[in-house]
Amino acid sequence: MADKRFLDAIHDALHEEMSRDPSVVVLGEDVGKKGGVFGVTEGLYQAFGEARVIDTPLAESCIVGVAVGMSVNGLRPVAEIQFADFIHPAFDQILSEAARLRYRSKNDFGCPIVIRTPYGGGVHGALYHSQSIEAFYAHVPGLKVVVPYTPADAKGLLKAAVRDPDPVLFLEHKKMYRSVRGEVPDSEFTVPIGPAAIRRPGRDLSIFAYGLMVHESLQAAEALGKEGIEAEVVDVRTLRPLDTKTILASVERTNRALIVYEDNRFGGFGGEIAATIAEEGFRNLDAPPTRLAGPDVPAVPFSHPFEEWFMISAPKIAAAARALVAY
Amino acid sequence: MSAKSAKETTARPSPGKGEAAARGPGDPGPAGMLEMFYYLCLARAVDERMWALQRSGKAAFVISGQGHEGAQVGAGYALDRELDWLVPFYRSVAAVLMKGMPPAELFLIQLGRDPDPSSGGRQMPGHYGHSRHKILSTSSPVATQVVHAAGIAYAAKVRGTGEVCLTALGEGATSEGDFHEALNFAGVHRLPVVFVVENNGYAISVPVSKQMAVPTVSSRAAGYGMPGVTVDGSHVLQVYEAARAAVARARRGEGPTLLEVTVPRLTAHSSDDQQEKYRPSEELAHLRERDPVRVFAAELRERGVLTPAKEQEIRARITREVDEGTEIAEAAPLPDPATATRYVYAEPPDAGR
Ligand SMILES: Cc1ncc(C[n+]2csc(CCOP(=O)(O)OP(=O)(O)O)c2C)c(N)n1
Ligand SMILES: [Mg+2]
Repeated sequence: MADKRFLDAIHDALHEEMSRDPSVVVLGEDVGKKGGVFGVTEGLYQAFGEARVIDTPLAESCIVGVAVGMSVNGLRPVAEIQFADFIHPAFDQILSEAARLRYRSKNDFGCPIVIRTPYGGGVHGALYHSQSIEAFYAHVPGLKVVVPYTPADAKGLLKAAVRDPDPVLFLEHKKMYRSVRGEVPDSEFTVPIGPAAIRRPGRDLSIFAYGLMVHESLQAAEALGKEGIEAEVVDVRTLRPLDTKTILASVERTNRALIVYEDNRFGGFGGEIAATIAEEGFRNLDAPPTRLAGPDVPAVPFSHPFEEWFMISAPKIAAAARALVAY
Repeated sequence: MSAKSAKETTARPSPGKGEAAARGPGDPGPAGMLEMFYYLCLARAVDERMWALQRSGKAAFVISGQGHEGAQVGAGYALDRELDWLVPFYRSVAAVLMKGMPPAELFLIQLGRDPDPSSGGRQMPGHYGHSRHKILSTSSPVATQVVHAAGIAYAAKVRGTGEVCLTALGEGATSEGDFHEALNFAGVHRLPVVFVVENNGYAISVPVSKQMAVPTVSSRAAGYGMPGVTVDGSHVLQVYEAARAAVARARRGEGPTLLEVTVPRLTAHSSDDQQEKYRPSEELAHLRERDPVRVFAAELRERGVLTPAKEQEIRARITREVDEGTEIAEAAPLPDPATATRYVYAEPPDAGR
């Protein structure tokens, strides 16, 4: 075991996969010499050369579209979109092309690409460097959507994504790159795409979260524990496919569900979790499945008081949990 | 918009149309040159203050235009600053100053304060906009604004307003589909728009050689049925001459121009970037030779336009304006989170001011 930052775990996964499989290539803006604007691809250009670590022109639709083409002709591209906020020009390539290639060709073509991108707020990134984009993409059949929380998961899930036969959108919370650390096994491993993980067992309510919100939920659970409220924290980690079994089993134990996400509340991914619990776990519920999510303004406003107002934090989660337990 | 900054704005020198006509086309005359020099130095001083605010921990982030001022002042001087539109990008410090935003407003934006006229503290620094000055609000995704500029020009044409629209972007942004789509539309409709590409050789770390296979951005103009010109942004008067021709052409109804201005990027991409990683030290060592402030000052001294007394007067004025602007911004309140849910949908136009 080694203690690694979130960022290093992702870097290591890329390095190992590129060493293991010569068909793996990395492409994106500034991923080469600079090593990415966050430093995730640091050193890959020097280790694997410019044919496999490609500094692309500034064009996101091009990055994803080229990756689609590479993938049908023998390469395993890992595309980096510099910020999730800038993925939108590639929406058509992801939705209409990558996600539908297999279905529309009756399994004749697959699209084994990974699209990595940093998302999320709390870094003074304002409207265009803070967005959560998972709801747009988790809506799309044919695409897998992964949001790791622990460094070990980041590494294992990314390695699994590179080996996956289908397109995977891999979302990395940018605030976690340098602030979250954790133990990562030294030996070769992958983490399967699909299953959720229970990060903290509890009996009084279940908190469902992913990415940075797992971190905040665990802190909230800690505080709640001191008050005698035992919260179970479930790290959803794969949004599509969604592990409804683990989610429903947790609610069966705790009878209360709080779903936490950073994205705008309306139409956000947490609504899918809430609906699943309402439909399939109704008889186990002592309170309505409840969402705690970002306010419905267009992304995170810049100024510090605005950002603090927007972001879901441990105290806000603890308050929502208390209210739910008291229901 | 506070009354104070409005007053500052109107106090700014603005050449009357009659005066320009008396000098003959294309000759800014000594007063015009000194005005350009003033804006060049003002933009640099504002920019340096932004970095100082960031380094002292008062600002979270800076992205600005040191080295790009020559391109912006030369092009900006060719506009009718009352009538014409500016669709800027994050390096357009000199351009928005020329268009009438006083230094205090740029510092309010830099510090994310409530009276920030562009977004009330909602956007990151460098995202300019101001309807009264006909400066369109800016987002972060690059090249999106280029298409808006074509739309503004289309509206100007069908409404017969006589306006010209000038938009600016980096050479990296020309790789986006939006750039192609905008120039194509503008070419088809012969729109009164000038596309200014401020080519500083890099898109963050990516050199222009990895951005495009052609030696100049302007050579692409042929594909859109418009003239393409490349000029050296260290030479303000050359930029002005090229921009003047492009604006005049647009105003005559003859259509758009792609104007590429080569500029040095004198700083890192932003305060989050370490450029030593990807820029040769040899290049960094010689960067200042292309500094438009230096080049233009030398040129004006040689022409006898910039005397030591005049220069001192201009620089003293700028120091005063930048200091005052900083004080206004630092004293301004941060936004109240209770207002954070406002302006998602329409409200009366003056509700936010
Ligand atoms: C659509 C989009 N993709 C990526 C980014 C991140 N980004 C910001 S500036 C920049 C480089 C822009 O280079 P260029 O257009 O040459 O302008 P310069 O900054 O050099 O003036 C990049 C990649 C962005 N803002 N928008
Ligand atoms: Mg550039």
